[in-house]
Amino acid sequence: MTALRTHFGGAGRQFSMLIALAALIAFFQIATGGKVLTPSNMMNLINGNSHVLILAIGMVMVIVVGHIDLSVGSVAAVVGIIVAIALRDWGIPWWAGLLLGLVVGALIGMWQGWWVAYIGIPGFITTLAGMMIFRGLNQYIGKSNSVPVPEEFQTMGAGYIPEFGPVTGFNNATLLLGIAAGAYVIWREVAKRRRAAKVGFAPDPLWVVGIRAGLLLAFIGYFTYLFATGRPGTSFPIPGVILVLLVVLYHTITQRTKLGRHVYAVGGNRAAASLSGVSTRRTYFFVMANMSVLAAFAGMMFIGRARASGPFDGTMWELDAIAAVFIGGAAVTGGIGTVTGSIIGGLVMATLNNGLQLMGVGSDMTQIIKGLVLLAAVAFDVYNKSQGKPSITGLLFRRRPRDDDSDSSGATAGGSGETGAMGADSDNATATSPAPVPEAEARQQPGLPGATQMSHSTPNAQKGN
Amino acid sequence: MSTSHHKLEMRQITKEFPGVKALDRVDLTVDAGEIHAICGENGAGKSTLMKVLSGVYPHGTYSGDIVLDGEVVEFKDLKASEHAGIVIIHQELALIPELSVMENIFLGNEVVSHGLIDWDRARSLTLELLAQVGLSVDPRVPIKNLGVGQQQLIEIAKALSKDVKLLILDEPTSALNEHDSHNLLELLRGLKAKGMTSIMISHKLNEIEAIADSVTIIRDGLTIERLAKTNGDLDEDCIIRGMVGRALDARYPPRDVKVGEVLFEVEDWTVEDANIPGRMLAKSSSFRVRAGEIVGFAGVMGAGRTELARSVFGRSFGTYRSGTTRLHGKEVKMTTVDSAIKHGLAYVPEDRKTLGLNLLDSIRTTIVSADLDRITPHVLLDEDMEYEAAESFRKSMRIKTPHVNRGVATLSGGNQQKVVLSKWMFTEPELLILDEPTRGIDVGAKYEIYGLINQMAAAGKAVVLISSELPELLGMCDRIYTVCEGRITGDVPRSEADQEMLMRLMTTTTSAA
Ligand SMILES: Nc1ncnc2c1ncn2[C@@H]1O[C@H](COP(=O)(O)OP(=O)(O)OP(=O)(O)O)[C@@H](O)[C@H]1O
Ligand SMILES: [Mg+2]
Repeated sequence: MTALRTHFGGAGRQFSMLIALAALIAFFQIATGGKVLTPSNMMNLINGNSHVLILAIGMVMVIVVGHIDLSVGSVAAVVGIIVAIALRDWGIPWWAGLLLGLVVGALIGMWQGWWVAYIGIPGFITTLAGMMIFRGLNQYIGKSNSVPVPEEFQTMGAGYIPEFGPVTGFNNATLLLGIAAGAYVIWREVAKRRRAAKVGFAPDPLWVVGIRAGLLLAFIGYFTYLFATGRPGTSFPIPGVILVLLVVLYHTITQRTKLGRHVYAVGGNRAAASLSGVSTRRTYFFVMANMSVLAAFAGMMFIGRARASGPFDGTMWELDAIAAVFIGGAAVTGGIGTVTGSIIGGLVMATLNNGLQLMGVGSDMTQIIKGLVLLAAVAFDVYNKSQGKPSITGLLFRRRPRDDDSDSSGATAGGSGETGAMGADSDNATATSPAPVPEAEARQQPGLPGATQMSHSTPNAQKGN
Repeated sequence: MSTSHHKLEMRQITKEFPGVKALDRVDLTVDAGEIHAICGENGAGKSTLMKVLSGVYPHGTYSGDIVLDGEVVEFKDLKASEHAGIVIIHQELALIPELSVMENIFLGNEVVSHGLIDWDRARSLTLELLAQVGLSVDPRVPIKNLGVGQQQLIEIAKALSKDVKLLILDEPTSALNEHDSHNLLELLRGLKAKGMTSIMISHKLNEIEAIADSVTIIRDGLTIERLAKTNGDLDEDCIIRGMVGRALDARYPPRDVKVGEVLFEVEDWTVEDANIPGRMLAKSSSFRVRAGEIVGFAGVMGAGRTELARSVFGRSFGTYRSGTTRLHGKEVKMTTVDSAIKHGLAYVPEDRKTLGLNLLDSIRTTIVSADLDRITPHVLLDEDMEYEAAESFRKSMRIKTPHVNRGVATLSGGNQQKVVLSKWMFTEPELLILDEPTRGIDVGAKYEIYGLINQMAAAGKAVVLISSELPELLGMCDRIYTVCEGRITGDVPRSEADQEMLMRLMTTTTSAA
């Protein structure tokens, strides 16, 4: 286990989460007598959850920066109704509707971002208000009716890639996607070794690379097979493709751009970030605005799948998205969390929903189980931090600094298996004695009001002023 | 072997973190009623040893025995060790800024009668405790309104409230000026006279020589030796030899001074307190730094040196009222930190934990964080460049870590400071402002950092050094400004400066310039 942890480094956690997800799927597969891993069920799972997963992408950034967004469901709903009405009554083409939706989302996001970043209202409050305002607007605009949407939107929300190319017995589009994903996995390993050689680190032993890449490739291969062998005319669903594109885009933004680094910097220590030249306001503004744009997108995908926009669209979505982010390893105090982790967290929730439903468990029990899973996942996190020694189970859901993200630090022997130990220092003190606060918040700086980071109880305590 | 007269014995303590053996069969013996010092380089394992002793790292996470008053003890947490009379004051103060003095003192130990907190009694007890540590502040003022020196005394008062028999202080004076340090040491002497046993970690060897009865030296997780005053071998040189393994012939590296043109000028700079209107933190201050020059800023804590520096650095402190800055003779306006960095300024803050570092971050990402453009050739950050930069600083700064992907939180205090310095060196500044850069740094590393500062100057950069240690300023600087109550009161070339005259200027309120 230690060797595994050392060698898998940062990739370890997301890797273990993937394995947890696989175990969950396997469990349901057996418990339902094979109803889970069928092409049509998997397609349903993707179609039925991609909107929440898209929200999770934005939400993890909001949570990392130290806020929370409760308005995403309402924003999705109001954008949905505006777009549906515009499409029906103004006769605009579908792409103009899509564009309109994104613009409305951006405007809403700028509105909320302005309150958070420039007025200093905590995101929690701003978006609680937004949740009511935009829900109300949805019902006002739509007169609480449901409005149907045209076919193109339905394709976006639940469609498939058209068939093309030679008859292979598989869906060609899906095959291509699978091959691309596999190629990426291999390319990443090669890139890692190349860097190790260039910078002068010891590269991972080959057996580690073999296991890591092998398991991932098997995963990808299997699901490619599954999605490529559905009913004729079906493929990896279009919402899934959109989701994958967004994940790639946002993974890159968060890990490989200035903007992304700023999000983590502000969430980790706002005062230090501003002394390093980061504009906290601009960062807050971007993150909040971006969240609403993604919510708009999710809303439009959802009305596509539902074939209409209704007055109750998007209720409770915020909670699903937030749960996904925390199961995915983000910290309530900000600064920690990844896009890929949150997606896996969201898939865990989705699998639970789906599996329990297939088992015939009622929605009452499903909710209870989902709640318990959320608690358990975060409890493992907390427990591990307080113990300072990661356990096998803990490994599955452990949070860690994002710099140890999968594509950057797997190359580092033991580069990151130690979050638990590292956290032990301050967190143990918190756990065992009521007095000390974690080191980082020990001193307040008069110069930046509310500048010290992280307060333990509220996610949005960073908004001091 | 009798253990009866030893207050504490730690035997063969070994503590490992993944990839790091922080302590390797360390022995520590402390006699009853003495002040025992622990010395060692940054990352030697001093704080870790004290965390083992105080139950922060619970029994079972380390190996070896702790013998307190002749009995083996096994603490499962901080509370348990406090119960046994051991109280630790951590390297980083752990007071809650928003809470009042008395709330902080009795946090977790509230004075309760009939199930409710008895604030009246708490207040009178607080006053008693404050008297014991020689502080006269209102128990109701929030901690954030107090200076660091006072906060440190509050920490001790808090410890005293817990019926402490063994007091552990991890670098208690590192953030204090001479005056406050002196007070604190006096207080420790007073407590010793009353029979208290204390353990103190410090990098200020003169203080240790002055106050400690015995010293244990740790290097790389190993006990090197135990020196005792009674043997007469307890002096700075012996300690240094034990710490670094050789004698250090000079505290300050030699340097060729080549001072050039004026590089940076500040004129009539005035800053107002953002929270208390009308209170000026800097009062029409003017100063200039030449290329290749190291300029010191002396002043007592709260004189406004940090405030002035941070305000100049992209107006990141207080409310700017007036003043101009000139770079190479040309006036420049730097209204944001970002623009200050772009103009070649760098400011290394005094408090690395709250201002210098994101403790969730890794060494690698921290080092490049103040100048991401440098590793962003196009749209995306180039991770190869990032790794290379981080790796080269790890080597050149001798940052003690197995890998640059480690979190900065896993580093010892001194190594964290090196990371902060690296972060600002990485921006290749023209003007480097260092605010207490050697706070909490061991003698060897200090020498290295001085060497780096000299290198910067030799490369034609301008350096501003803010320090509360006058010997450091006298040892390093070509010229020293003194600051008192937001005003620059003196501008003294090194050749004319001595501690006494600096002290005088630091406390005169009339402007000399
Ligand atoms: N939580 C942790 N996880 C991993 N390594 C750690 C952790 N805490 C300390 N270390 C490592 O243990 C060693 C000893 O650290 P420690 O903080 O005890 O040093 P120190 O002697 O107090 O140094 P300083 O004078 O700089 O405060 C260092 O190499 C440090 O990197
Ligand atoms: Mg220490």
